[in-house]
Amino acid sequence: MTPAEAEAMEEKIRKVEIAISLVLRIGVTLSVLVIAVGLGIMFAHHGDYTSITGKFSYKKLTTSSTPFPHSVHGLVRSIEHGDGRGIVVLGIFLLILTPVLRVAVGVLSFIYERDLPMTLVTLFVLAVLIGSFFLAGA
Amino acid sequence: MTPLDFVVSLALTSIAGGVIGSLVGLGGGVVIVPVLTLIYGVTIRLAIGASIVSVIATSSGAASAYVREKMTNLRAGMFLEIATTTGAVSGAYLTTVLPGRALFLLFGIVLAYSAVATYRKRHSTEPLTVSHDRIANYFNLHGSYYDSAEGKEISYKVVHSQLGLGLMYIAGMVSALLGIGSGALKVPAMDSAMHLPMKVSTATSNFMIGVTAAASAGVYFIRGQIDPVIAAPVAAGVLLGAVFGAKVLPRITSKSVRVAFVIVLVIVSLEMLQRGVFPAGFHSAVMGNR
Repeated sequence: MTPAEAEAMEEKIRKVEIAISLVLRIGVTLSVLVIAVGLGIMFAHHGDYTSITGKFSYKKLTTSSTPFPHSVHGLVRSIEHGDGRGIVVLGIFLLILTPVLRVAVGVLSFIYERDLPMTLVTLFVLAVLIGSFFLAGA
Repeated sequence: MTPLDFVVSLALTSIAGGVIGSLVGLGGGVVIVPVLTLIYGVTIRLAIGASIVSVIATSSGAASAYVREKMTNLRAGMFLEIATTTGAVSGAYLTTVLPGRALFLLFGIVLAYSAVATYRKRHSTEPLTVSHDRIANYFNLHGSYYDSAEGKEISYKVVHSQLGLGLMYIAGMVSALLGIGSGALKVPAMDSAMHLPMKVSTATSNFMIGVTAAASAGVYFIRGQIDPVIAAPVAAGVLLGAVFGAKVLPRITSKSVRVAFVIVLVIVSLEMLQRGVFPAGFHSAVMGNR
């Protein structure tokens, strides 16, 4: 590789890194916003949750028997009812998706760098990730 | 304690978790899990669900900052993700087959050993200048980064990529099986086995743990282990902390990162051993079940 080619390659890699970083920032900010809105709605609907020294213990919300959405169907229904916790779960979902999105951008960036071996590597990782969600039965 | 107190105090603790987790490349779970189980008395099932969320939060929060510093080796990270994601998928389905107790004991010992190995290496920080690893050369996994603490650009070569892949497969399995510990195996695999510089190892581990955790997050969600009231403050706090930790990392020396990593690794190792000995959780073993 001549120095000029190496520099061009460097520049390409730089662009890709900035793109990935941007995608991450957007995903992360969005998920935090949705989580905050969900928490706000939850506290607004339940006055007894918000007092500093109330009788209502957090333990009622944090045991294994606490009902909260844990299927896509349940999540959709909970959001339709305007349940704050459903919206929080949606935000968590967005957060879980950020690494998947990052890998997806990785595929595009390696195509852009014309790097076939790394494109295939990244495609494989993306396929496993997407497959894992279906395998989970989500 | 009302839910509001819980959410606010947990969010503040999670900020600390994010800072530490992103510095050492292990994710916020190393702080979140013991805090949830020991202080708040949350069951380990839900604590592990929160840990998976915190790992993704650390990873995505920190990675957005690291990538700009060229601290993360994206190529090596993505290449090794082949092994971690497949490991995570297989691990998620082995939980029902393998005895959790024995696993915790086994990995407690493995991590204690890698803590010792990492500590011994604390004086040798010279990166390699040549590599005869055909896989690493073919995929061009080598790299360089600017070290603010040393004030110069540091180039390094990667070796033993096959061993790295093997270790990463195990790391992925452990991540899915135990909810924590994936970074604890990833960092030594890159630092000791593949000869990536320590800071690059923790930064690349940070990048990878999120992808690995995402591969098992679906299973945790379906099993009802992701409680929104716990996960919300954890996610928000850890994200904030991780961004801060990522900004600090370039400025501190590799040796300090290594020492911090060893300390955290010892704690994680004790945590795992304890869970192997008291499977119901230390809290209920000491306080009794209510």
